[in-house]
Amino acid sequence: MITLSHYLTVAAILFVTGIFGIFLNRKNVIVILMSIELMLLAVNINFVAFSSFLNDLAGQVFTMFVLTVAAAEAAIGLAILVCFFRNRGSIRVEDVNVMKG
Amino acid sequence: MIMDDLTVVLPEVVLAVFAMAALMFGTYSRNHDAASRLVLWATVAVLVGLGAWIGMSPAGTRTAFDGSFVNDGFARFSKVLLLWGAACLLALSDAWLERNKLMKFEFPVLIALASVGMMTMVSAHDLMVLYMGLELQSLSLYVIAAFRRDSLRSTEAGLKYFVLGALSSGLLLYGCSLVYGTTGTTGFGGITQVVKAGDLSTGLLFGLVFLCAGMAFKVSAAPFHMWTPDVYEGAPTPVTGLFATAPKVAAAAMFARVVHDGFGSAVADWQQILAFLSVASMFLGAIAAIGQRNIKRLMAYSSISHMGFVLMGLAAGTAQGAEAMLIYLAIYVTMNVGVFAFILNMSKDGTPVMEISALGLYSRVEPARALCLAVLMFSLAGLPPLVGFWGKFFVLTAAVDAGLVWLAVAGVIASAIGAFYYLRIIYLMYFGEPAEALDGAMPAAHWVFLGASSAAMVLGIINLFGVEGLAAAAAATLVN
Repeated sequence: MITLSHYLTVAAILFVTGIFGIFLNRKNVIVILMSIELMLLAVNINFVAFSSFLNDLAGQVFTMFVLTVAAAEAAIGLAILVCFFRNRGSIRVEDVNVMKG
Repeated sequence: MIMDDLTVVLPEVVLAVFAMAALMFGTYSRNHDAASRLVLWATVAVLVGLGAWIGMSPAGTRTAFDGSFVNDGFARFSKVLLLWGAACLLALSDAWLERNKLMKFEFPVLIALASVGMMTMVSAHDLMVLYMGLELQSLSLYVIAAFRRDSLRSTEAGLKYFVLGALSSGLLLYGCSLVYGTTGTTGFGGITQVVKAGDLSTGLLFGLVFLCAGMAFKVSAAPFHMWTPDVYEGAPTPVTGLFATAPKVAAAAMFARVVHDGFGSAVADWQQILAFLSVASMFLGAIAAIGQRNIKRLMAYSSISHMGFVLMGLAAGTAQGAEAMLIYLAIYVTMNVGVFAFILNMSKDGTPVMEISALGLYSRVEPARALCLAVLMFSLAGLPPLVGFWGKFFVLTAAVDAGLVWLAVAGVIASAIGAFYYLRIIYLMYFGEPAEALDGAMPAAHWVFLGASSAAMVLGIINLFGVEGLAAAAAATLVN
């Protein structure tokens, strides 16, 4: 029997994987974009699971909004990345270092 | 039915339609430079006009779309502040964009769209509306941070802002999902009822923590501040100025909206989080700024520190605290408009100079400009009797009255540490080593903003221009 907590566990694992993907990845900015997407999709699993568990549609409506925004976000992220690549000639994470904060 | 709803959101609709119309106009116009300037000044006019319209609209609380959007005194105060802040920075950017050959019509259009997002954020009464407003604002700001496409620094700033902004949106969203799962609703009204019914469940508490972490990113509070210095340094200067004003107001107001409207009866639970964020930001902003040599980075740490004080008002958890927060934000925006009017004209032979050391003995070169900046720096440092001091005074009083004496003491210490780097700039300008003189001429419009801003810091000590009463009325609609 698959219960709510199973879904929440999967979503939590995916979400944490996404966060680690952003911070531990040393290779490529594209991987960061994928990690961001993973985080948003993990949240979607949460929303849909809660929505089905609560018999309430609001969660699935929220999911639709999140999906739409995630698409727009990926488009803008890639656009900025293309501009960055033109100036730097590289998209390695170590090369995003002109300013040190 | 739908018409009633649309009347409530009419200002947002007007601005969104204007932005799209301006986009069309800019795309199909033949003379791009002239069209861009026209769009820019039209946007300024629309932002100022909307601010005046919202400010003069009748009092009272109006809700739309089944309570998911609320137009109350608090929202109106924040909207006027953020619209006028954005309009000031847009007006300031005109000469700078012209000088740096960046005059493109997308710039004002993106700022108009970001303003729509910010207006939605402060009026949100539902997690969905909040998220959509936040993303509209963030996505527009990511693009204008990277607006100088051929500059490595600007695109790197955009990239960093995007990655960390997306991370913070993810955290906020995860919090939203936990709050939705434990309360069964996304509306603040429904959340309040569940929170009132008893102690916060573990899930709801986790949700609250994630929400706070996501929003702390947006107000650039420590320990979620790491994007701020790089983005401020890399972004084009007018964009940096914008980041320091309108989005900070919107994010802080949204923060207040969530904790007071959604979790208003669980003050003890979020008070600790906010107090921690506040102390961390005040000290980090004050200490890390000391070693900075770039004035934009310095302003970044300054804004982190100021956001610490804003959050202190919020941490008080009372109507008095919310009032102090709004007063502080209004003063903060006014000061920043002046400071950025100055920074925009720091240049030598046509290239921008951002090194603080370039200000050496600036008082001999441009006495009037140096005097204005000195007044603003004294005010940012919070030296009595200037207006900046009164902002801190209200916030500290609110914290003491709410029983957070330790927080207020920490605030005073942090403000004393922070005064060092503001005073160093004044020292450099009046007694420092002579530097290669900056020779950027200042357009008349910039003089108006710099002069008005520093004059306001002196004249405002009489009655703060009545902001106190307006903020009190606005805060009363939020906290009850």
